[in-house]
Amino acid sequence: MQEVLQYLFSGLTNGAIYAVIAVGFSMLYSATDLINFAHGEFVMLGSLFLVTLWGAWQIPLPIAFLLTVACVALTGLLFERFAIRTVRKPQPIVLVIITVGASIFLRGVAMILWGKDAYSLPPFSNQPPLELAGATLLIQSVWIIVISLLLVFGLHLFYRRTLTGKAMQATAISKRAAWITGIPAGLMVLLAFVMSTGVGAVAGMIIAPVTMCSYDMGTLLGLKGFCAAMLGGIGSLWGALLGGILLGVLEALGVGLISSALKDGVAFILLLLILYFRPGGLIGAAESARF
Amino acid sequence: MLRIKNLRCYYGRIMAIKGVSLSVMEGEIISLIGANGAGKSTLLEAACGLLPSWKGEIDFQGNSLKGCDGPAIVRKGISLVPEGRLIFPPMSVTDNLKLGAYTRYRKRQHAEVARDLEMVIDLFPILRERANQPAGTLSGGEQQMLAIGRALMARPRLLALDEPSMGLAPLMVEKILDTLQLLKKEGLTILLVEQNAQAALKIADRGYVLETGKIVLQGNASDLLSDVEVKRAYLGKDYEEFYEGRD
Ligand SMILES: Nc1ncnc2c1ncn2[C@@H]1O[C@H](COP(=O)(O)OP(=O)(O)OP(=O)(O)O)[C@@H](O)[C@H]1O
Ligand SMILES: [Mg+2]
Repeated sequence: MQEVLQYLFSGLTNGAIYAVIAVGFSMLYSATDLINFAHGEFVMLGSLFLVTLWGAWQIPLPIAFLLTVACVALTGLLFERFAIRTVRKPQPIVLVIITVGASIFLRGVAMILWGKDAYSLPPFSNQPPLELAGATLLIQSVWIIVISLLLVFGLHLFYRRTLTGKAMQATAISKRAAWITGIPAGLMVLLAFVMSTGVGAVAGMIIAPVTMCSYDMGTLLGLKGFCAAMLGGIGSLWGALLGGILLGVLEALGVGLISSALKDGVAFILLLLILYFRPGGLIGAAESARF
Repeated sequence: MLRIKNLRCYYGRIMAIKGVSLSVMEGEIISLIGANGAGKSTLLEAACGLLPSWKGEIDFQGNSLKGCDGPAIVRKGISLVPEGRLIFPPMSVTDNLKLGAYTRYRKRQHAEVARDLEMVIDLFPILRERANQPAGTLSGGEQQMLAIGRALMARPRLLALDEPSMGLAPLMVEKILDTLQLLKKEGLTILLVEQNAQAALKIADRGYVLETGKIVLQGNASDLLSDVEVKRAYLGKDYEEFYEGRD
């Protein structure tokens, strides 16, 4: 029983991270119908920027956190402006290939800037681990879960309550309809890139203390986040949260109760199952579920 | 107010508008009628910044609209009620209306927008009852009212409508046309695109008949209405019965 609880804790921690990555995929997808295969690389940039700003330069964590988000979001902005916007005939397949190209490019740049070494960071604070019913919960896990929930809830409020959030939703529903309403759809798409990569940076930062950070960490994280997004229903905020947590928990239980060889397989088995039985995802099936 | 001169629009190599000129004066209702595929929507899209390129001249209040994108044209004072309405189905009726005022919120005109929201809801009381419902759950007629309301929220000087009667019951069409007349009395200029010539010409001051990308007839609405030429040029044989049957 204790063991299961322990697996659950580790599953929740990983799941929260997958959820944040999935949210990034979903935000961009609902605004542009594009799957950004470079998203994992933005997560990686979040980790490595924090390694430099907080780990190496000792900038206070809150400031380093915000600076990292700003740097990564700026990279996202440049990505949209120079790689996506400039495409003459923006057919989906062309754009997807561009994002794949961008992921290779970003990995290469990161390898030049940070080298091939793996870095680690201390937890965000150094309280002792929490003991709950005989299982331990690392303090960084608490940070991860709290920050991801706050992020998803904050984004929910943004989409529901602010004019810009509603305008982004409107653009996601129909660019043409947004356009005739006076909403600058191009700007909303740019904003979606900036926010989605910024959210990716947050995922990269909260995971940094519990993993080894290196230039090639983004690929697998990106794939896991993508699976989580598909699982919950891409385009849906709560779907991303649900998909992430579910994936994390099932993965941890699979590893703990069956075999550690299963770890990365779980995601892909789930992906295949969901695509086969419910291609719209668990809660993303209906149009009205978009954010 | 709106002056179009020798407009030509292309879809690839196909010329959909072949040199159209028309004008809309302040305070008028102008009807543009034509059959399926005549190019009515294309013409409106050109004027509303929805086409990537067109040739010729379009002036609004003395300024050329060349190179203006959709949002810029909304800010200049032209709002479009598009074919098929294009409301935002999952969002609430109120949110749909508020988004109509997007450009004005950006100009910090919150108080005026709130007043206009009341005005629109008074104009279409059914929208008050439906205020918190997702717009997609509304009936066709209600959605059309919402689309008009959303366009009005931008406080346009010229309201362009693309076949607002499409798919609606005659009673609902009547209601919408009455509303347009009311809006005209309050000083709004209206460009009404319709296939339903009979209904559209009844409330219009002047009309144009478009056929395969060209204006084939123009003049006073009442003259056009009685002009048998209209029946021949636009309504065609198939429509004759329908046309007679309506009155
Ligand atoms: N996106 C497009 N690509 C290619 N051709 C188009 C496109 N849209 C319209 N056309 C063509 O341009 C011509 C004019 O179309 P348009 O939609 O403006 O007509 P319409 O008068 O609005 O017709 P309807 O009454 O059916 O709405 C038609 O021959 C149509 O086939
Ligand atoms: Mg049309």
